[in-house]
Amino acid sequence: MSEEFKVEIVNPEKSFLSKENVTEVVVPAFEGEMGILKDHISIISFLKPGLIKVFSKSEETKYFVEDGIVEFKDNNLSILTSSIYNMSDLDRNKIDQIVKEAEKESSVDNIDDQKRYLIDQKIEVLKNLNLN
Amino acid sequence: MASLDDLKKRISSVKSTQKITKAMKMVAAAKLRRAQENAEKGRPYSEKMNNIILNLSGGISDKENAPKLLTGTGEEKTHLCVVMTSDRGLCGGFNTNIIKKAKQYFQKILKENKILKIITVGSKGYDQLKRQYKENIIEKISFKDSKNINYFDADKVGKIIIDRFEKKEFDVCAIFYNQFKNVITQIPQEQQIIPLKSNKEKETSSNDSYEFEPEEDEILSNLLPKNISTQIFKAMLENSASEQGSRMSAMDNATRNAGEMVDKLTIQYNRSRQAAITKELIEIISGAESL
Repeated sequence: MSEEFKVEIVNPEKSFLSKENVTEVVVPAFEGEMGILKDHISIISFLKPGLIKVFSKSEETKYFVEDGIVEFKDNNLSILTSSIYNMSDLDRNKIDQIVKEAEKESSVDNIDDQKRYLIDQKIEVLKNLNLN
Repeated sequence: MASLDDLKKRISSVKSTQKITKAMKMVAAAKLRRAQENAEKGRPYSEKMNNIILNLSGGISDKENAPKLLTGTGEEKTHLCVVMTSDRGLCGGFNTNIIKKAKQYFQKILKENKILKIITVGSKGYDQLKRQYKENIIEKISFKDSKNINYFDADKVGKIIIDRFEKKEFDVCAIFYNQFKNVITQIPQEQQIIPLKSNKEKETSSNDSYEFEPEEDEILSNLLPKNISTQIFKAMLENSASEQGSRMSAMDNATRNAGEMVDKLTIQYNRSRQAAITKELIEIISGAESL
């Protein structure tokens, strides 16, 4: 039996990615990273800033997301996100730019804790990215 | 009767108008294709979002403590209407249709002695509403500067709405926009977004046991604001496709009418030219005969 399932990543503007033959997807869920394999139980969860890793038999692709929702049902994984970057499109400059914006955002005083946590998380993830 | 010179001038002026409308039609057609593609590409996101929310709200057990965005404040006193129109004119009945739909709703609300608040998105809507409902308009938003429709703008509108909701400024929120069906048909829509109205009670009871992480309530309270932005974004996409479609058919009509007018004027011009020649001939002949 095949170990593959379908993943679909959509953002508001378009369908970002649709892939039939993935074997594993690792998503940065709100309460920690979560790997999803075939026949996972139906689940709905949130994303925090981090990396989505999509594994198929032949390759592995990485995406950086800032937020989103994942839904897994009947071996269909849907990821809804408003901000996603393909890792191969990002370079140091671009990352620095995003980090700078985020730092500016977090320097404002009147934001709530959850938001601050998310922004800090984002900065941390971005800073630790090692580009290959 | 107009002189030959006058007719000539009319004809050339109608012809240049025709050129303009023809060019506008072509631009609209090109833009329409893009807008339509965008609208179609944007649909999966809002559909998926809707699905997830339906699944979630179906599974929520504690209705009392459910987020207010879903269930409402329990009152229906103050209505907020978000009227979404275009920033440019010359697009046929596009804006008028939305306004007409919105005005019906306004009148219904005012008749029931409820409080009406209006947010206009797009400057044309504001222009048309300010005469009658000036004191009801609490905010006007326009995205004249941003070239393309982007989620960021929609999110801004969504945040404004949520902000006002949290300040308890209104109980019910509805948005008005045109849904794009095809180039000639756009259907003005009224959609209630707060409290969320599931217009179709899903008959397939989605009792699939989902696992939630974190709890349902927390997901819902995070998801609902996003859903509002998403709905606004969807409305914006539909609106822009509708606007271009409407403009295209309006300009098509205008071009055709101008063509007809040119034909008519040309016939009139030729007739009066002919009449003048005949008159001159008669004068010459009768002059020669009298000799």
